Amino acid sequence: MRRLKTFPKGGVHPPGNKHLTSGKAIINAAIPSISRIPLQQHIGSPAECLINPGENVKEGMLIGRSTGFISAQIHSSIPGVVKEVRDIYLANGFKSKGVVIEMEGEFDTLGKRQEKNNWEKLSAEELLNIIADRGIVGMGGATFPTHVKYKIPKHAKVEAFVVNGTECEPYLTADHRLMLEKTEEIMEGARIVDKILNPEKIYIAIEANKLDAIEVMQKAVSLLNKHAEVVPLEIKYPQGDEKQLLKAIINREVPSGGLPIDIGAVVSNVGTIFAIYEAVVMGKPLIERIVTVTGGAIKNPQNLKVRIGTPIGDLIEECGGFSEMPVKVVAGGPMMGFAIYELEAPVTKGTSGVIALTKKEVKSNNQTPCLNCGRCITVCPMGLNPTLLFKEIDHMDYDSAMEEGLMDCKECGCCAFMCPAHIPLVHGMKLGKYMAKKKKEKG
Amino acid sequence: MNREVDLLVTTSPQIHHPDSTAKIMWTVVICLVPAGIWGVFLFGGKALLVIISSIVSALVTEFIIAKLLKRFTVLDGSAFLTGLLVGYNMPPGVPLYIPAIASIFAIAVVKWTFGGLGANWMNPALAGRVFVFFSWTGSMTNWRVPRFLTTHVDGVTMASPLGFIKAGLYDFTGTSPGPIAFLKAGGYPLSALDQSVTNWINTSVLNPLGASLKGGYVDLFLGIVPGCIGEVSALLLLLGTVYLFIKKIITWEIPVSYLFVFGLLIWIFGGLRFNNGLFTGDVMFNFFTGGLILGVFYMATDMVTSPLTTKGKLIFGAGAGFMTFLIRVYGSFPEGVSLAIIFMNIFVPLINKYTKPVRFGVSPRGGGK
Repeated sequence: MRRLKTFPKGGVHPPGNKHLTSGKAIINAAIPSISRIPLQQHIGSPAECLINPGENVKEGMLIGRSTGFISAQIHSSIPGVVKEVRDIYLANGFKSKGVVIEMEGEFDTLGKRQEKNNWEKLSAEELLNIIADRGIVGMGGATFPTHVKYKIPKHAKVEAFVVNGTECEPYLTADHRLMLEKTEEIMEGARIVDKILNPEKIYIAIEANKLDAIEVMQKAVSLLNKHAEVVPLEIKYPQGDEKQLLKAIINREVPSGGLPIDIGAVVSNVGTIFAIYEAVVMGKPLIERIVTVTGGAIKNPQNLKVRIGTPIGDLIEECGGFSEMPVKVVAGGPMMGFAIYELEAPVTKGTSGVIALTKKEVKSNNQTPCLNCGRCITVCPMGLNPTLLFKEIDHMDYDSAMEEGLMDCKECGCCAFMCPAHIPLVHGMKLGKYMAKKKKEKG
Repeated sequence: MNREVDLLVTTSPQIHHPDSTAKIMWTVVICLVPAGIWGVFLFGGKALLVIISSIVSALVTEFIIAKLLKRFTVLDGSAFLTGLLVGYNMPPGVPLYIPAIASIFAIAVVKWTFGGLGANWMNPALAGRVFVFFSWTGSMTNWRVPRFLTTHVDGVTMASPLGFIKAGLYDFTGTSPGPIAFLKAGGYPLSALDQSVTNWINTSVLNPLGASLKGGYVDLFLGIVPGCIGEVSALLLLLGTVYLFIKKIITWEIPVSYLFVFGLLIWIFGGLRFNNGLFTGDVMFNFFTGGLILGVFYMATDMVTSPLTTKGKLIFGAGAGFMTFLIRVYGSFPEGVSLAIIFMNIFVPLINKYTKPVRFGVSPRGGGK
């Protein structure tokens, strides 16, 4: 067997624990009786609220219009009556204005058999407009508005388009199941993107812990007209990060502060590609997503298809509740996800998983002084010196931290995962970036 | 389902590698235990008292100082490990107040004056050893005769192999094939075990391959030589090292560069002092004497006082190998390991400054197209 590709520097091997749900087919979660839909579910400016309390909304109706260059549309995930428009606490601890909808009326659009749209006649521009209109964002967790990402600057040329099915976060299997169950749809979605971006080559990247997905995707890859190939990758976190992924596949480094397009590449998650397929072919806005509900404290882990705005607690109940009391409940993956403090937090477009972790899985420990062991440096995929950055931020020396590359840090968590002194390094990096930005704004 | 749950909220990552500071320290302690048991077996109960004296003094000092600073750090294993290493670096017959003073100096002066664990710039155990070595040089170079050699030697003390050679070469004008032959010519004893094991290796393994092993190396490898309590058994120290490598508590860079540079220099220049030509040095003899194995794998690799990056660690190890060679061959001390490591400890901040990791997307070789 040929050696699997990977990025050369750093990375960690946390226990995968994907076996809990990797064999379980996606099932539809119950429709929530009350859906709380935040107007800020993406990177960029929040959507502008289009409705008032008391009004009726239909399934898939536009309730938030995108504002500004980087923003995304928000649609109602259920039919019903708007109860109130108020601040909602998100899983990441921030709050956003949101719409609370109580279910009422008919499900007249989704679930019904629909004609497939013939998109092949549409121009790239028209396809982009559909993607923008249906509120598609990056589904891997970063939630960057997709239509913005696909607007390629005039001088640039897309040489490589990468469909990211890596799913390097432990526990998560949403993308894995999607590739197994919606193979052809993903291929059609990739063809749509192919038409928009017109890349020279398409790569489908999958980590080697999903051999069945590699096999089915390899069989289906001929559906793409282009020169396309499935690239199996070594199992290593953060293999799915676009910078590490591009280094592994096309051996180019996205320059510090730059974007993948600077090296002629665009990367999109398989979940995003599937959402594009549904938006363009089925005319469906982004109002549901696949969520892996798992972890040692969940009685019956599942992959669920969930309406946006469903309380996380509903999903846990759907999976049989807790088998033991969890120490943490995480929205997203365990390496980059957010620990939530209440189970009412709603599922948003970026919620790839809900993970209830036991004490044994968390392995938290008291913080001790830095030993200078250098493990954080060894595992940092960006070639940073996390312990030095942390000390500089701790001493409020943000300028030095910026010089040492603080902004290159993408908070993947390798350093803090490995640190034997249990120093909250990622917390320090987030604080440092926030403070440096604040200092810059002050002038 | 009850939705009122007490949840822990922390910044990502939400899971952690099983290692912790205490786990690392106690693992190193466990890996050192076999060599200590061997030392006590060889040199008798007095050796055990020396180790206990140094550990207890280290723990008590740590406890008192941490208490004054309203902290509790005794259980993190770091002070225990320092005490253990101080004990291992003592001659078995040393008066008990000497290891105690070495431990107190190590913990109070070297570790805590700079802020405790993680803040010291010099290996505390080595600093403690060097402090008492220069204060009580007589007691610190008074070697007990180990078990197995007692039948060959009169009296309770004898010279260490390196000390014997250093003294013998002082006004040496003849030639000798190497250190082992030099020891033999001077009447230095070998154990009966050495002879039988060497014979067995030669007849069953090496002779069919057309090679042979001279007597003396087995004693050195097993540790049947006078020396510090914990340093003599290369075999048991290496066994512990294997576990440390498996657990990734030590990395290859420092040991490999240290042994490579030291071995290379010994091979090239080590024969000169026996009035032989270049490239005749006895590398194996030098690896298994003078506490080199203990120093290379357990002291030079100390996380706190070694550089951060791979390149930095290679430079550190190479420097320590060079210094050990200089002191051992040209200096007035026979061993040189402790001083070499402490010397390189001084350079760690400088090495760290000039061996920064290569940043992703910034380096000219990978950046851009």
